[in-house]
Amino acid sequence: MSIKTLLLAVGAVVGVPAVLIAYVRLGEGLIGKIKGKKQLNVRPWLWLFPAFILLIVFLIYPVVNTFILSFKNASSSSFVGLKNYIFIFTNHDMLIALKNNLLWLVFVTLLTITLGLLIAVLTDRIKYEAVAKAFIFLPMAISAVAAGVIWKFMYEFKPKGTEQIGTVNAFFTAVVPNFEPKAWLFNPPINTYALMIVYIWMWTGFCMVILSAGLKGIPNSLLEAARIDGANEWKIFWKIIIPTMSSTIIVVATTMVINVLKVFDIVYVMTNGTLGTEVIANRMYKEMFNFHDFGKASAIAVVLLLAIIPVMLVNIKRFGQRRG
Amino acid sequence: MNTAGAKHNILVKIVSRGPLNLIILLICAAWLIPSFGLFVSSFRPAHLILSTGWWKAFKSPFAFTLENYSKVLSTANMGRSFINSLLISIPATVMPILIAAFAAYAFAWMHFPGRDFLFLLVVGLLVVPIQMTLIPVLMLFNKLHLTGTFLGIWIAHTGYGLPFAVYLLRNFIGELPEEMFESAHLDGASHYTVFFKLVLPTSVPALSSLAIFQFMWVWNDLLVALIFLGGNPSVAPMPLTISNLVNSYGGGWEYLTSAAFISMLLPIVIFFSLQKYFVRGILAGSVKG
Repeated sequence: MSIKTLLLAVGAVVGVPAVLIAYVRLGEGLIGKIKGKKQLNVRPWLWLFPAFILLIVFLIYPVVNTFILSFKNASSSSFVGLKNYIFIFTNHDMLIALKNNLLWLVFVTLLTITLGLLIAVLTDRIKYEAVAKAFIFLPMAISAVAAGVIWKFMYEFKPKGTEQIGTVNAFFTAVVPNFEPKAWLFNPPINTYALMIVYIWMWTGFCMVILSAGLKGIPNSLLEAARIDGANEWKIFWKIIIPTMSSTIIVVATTMVINVLKVFDIVYVMTNGTLGTEVIANRMYKEMFNFHDFGKASAIAVVLLLAIIPVMLVNIKRFGQRRG
Repeated sequence: MNTAGAKHNILVKIVSRGPLNLIILLICAAWLIPSFGLFVSSFRPAHLILSTGWWKAFKSPFAFTLENYSKVLSTANMGRSFINSLLISIPATVMPILIAAFAAYAFAWMHFPGRDFLFLLVVGLLVVPIQMTLIPVLMLFNKLHLTGTFLGIWIAHTGYGLPFAVYLLRNFIGELPEEMFESAHLDGASHYTVFFKLVLPTSVPALSSLAIFQFMWVWNDLLVALIFLGGNPSVAPMPLTISNLVNSYGGGWEYLTSAAFISMLLPIVIFFSLQKYFVRGILAGSVKG
């Protein structure tokens, strides 16, 4: 590591805050000289300026620009109309990616929430709740790349007769008589589901944490009353817990839908979208770097955003309700 | 709370305890085994990893080694990548937090036209897929020669981290008691003093949650590094290096297991020591609206 890099890092950690503090101090000093109401009008922009410059450069301008680029050709030199969009909905590989994203959306969202809720409800009844939840939650701290390595090893395949070193094949060989070991990541359509399991393993903890917090928010008296009335635990779950937690479940579901739509790293690391496992975000990366087609890549990004917008509107609407 | 309810029915409790504990133990085992298998394998000699299951490591001959680690650190660029990950993650955590705190303070305690609209804009930006921004930002970075530099990736992570940071901090700072600000302003304190002497110290819980969150996010990120650092191994963080290892050493499990574990080490330590803040960050961020 060069001295220059180290200086740059120290500069970023110490220097950037120092500059920002100096900026506010100087700015406030100048604003203080302005008399009367004008002072109140200028001040907020001083405090918002650094954030909004970055938001404009990294989010607002690029979103607009990507939208425009999606109507242009590979090198962005001329407009091609809707050609890139027609490609997305007619090209064979793209259709596979779209279909897979839909499968991911349904299965992963449903399973992470169901498992998360199940674990939250079950662990709510035991003494070692915190420990059990920490184990489920742990994969959240791991990068998708490391998770990819972990699960590639889990799915490792050796031909029948040789000793299996992958946990999954070894487990089934031991449990199921005459089991044919499978190359989980190479056999369509199982491979797509094998990838989903990795994602579910990573994100169930996230759903569990939020749902568990929602569960703790249900007043004890409500559950007690139901039990005194003779309701069994099953009925309490469906008639009280689920309805009271519906808004929490919606929050988790919208977050998961947005996350799953963008799924990239796991697929990139484990199969790179080969053998029928392609997803939209990985396809976009390929258009961008392998085929250098910025038009198609942009169009794919726009489709991704359009898919997310309904979810975003739900969020904004809920946000407005709470403030109102 | 359910436990308290079950006390009324001791019989139900005794009958239901066994299966409940068993189910939970099975779920925990299923969740732990993948990481545990990797962990054990990373200490086994290469020929054993490839020929026998990791669970056989606990039978004789007991053969454990640190060779995989020394190999991957010296030859596979992992030592360099670990330092790169630190060099990327620390500034990319410090920078957005202060900038977001400024904006959050303005959103929470100043009145100006368009405030609600601008904040809704930030909330909307929370869900913009990063993919939507990559090409224009990459073009810009290429023009400014920021691709493949630490400076570039710091600013990129700062920009991408801001919506969440502003959102989380605005909610927290907005909940601070109004009287605190009133009395401070009555005493003649400037906004500068109020922010640094009152707002920041009282926001430490939110700031620490945010710091952990942003740090983990940057530490584990592959996509942003892949796009903006590209093929420059001298600045590559660990996820990028490991994903290259996966491509080049498909079956080189002695490299992959130890490399993956090195990258997991710091997040796991942070996770177990600061789990409370991590969970709090997730809760604050997810309860959008």
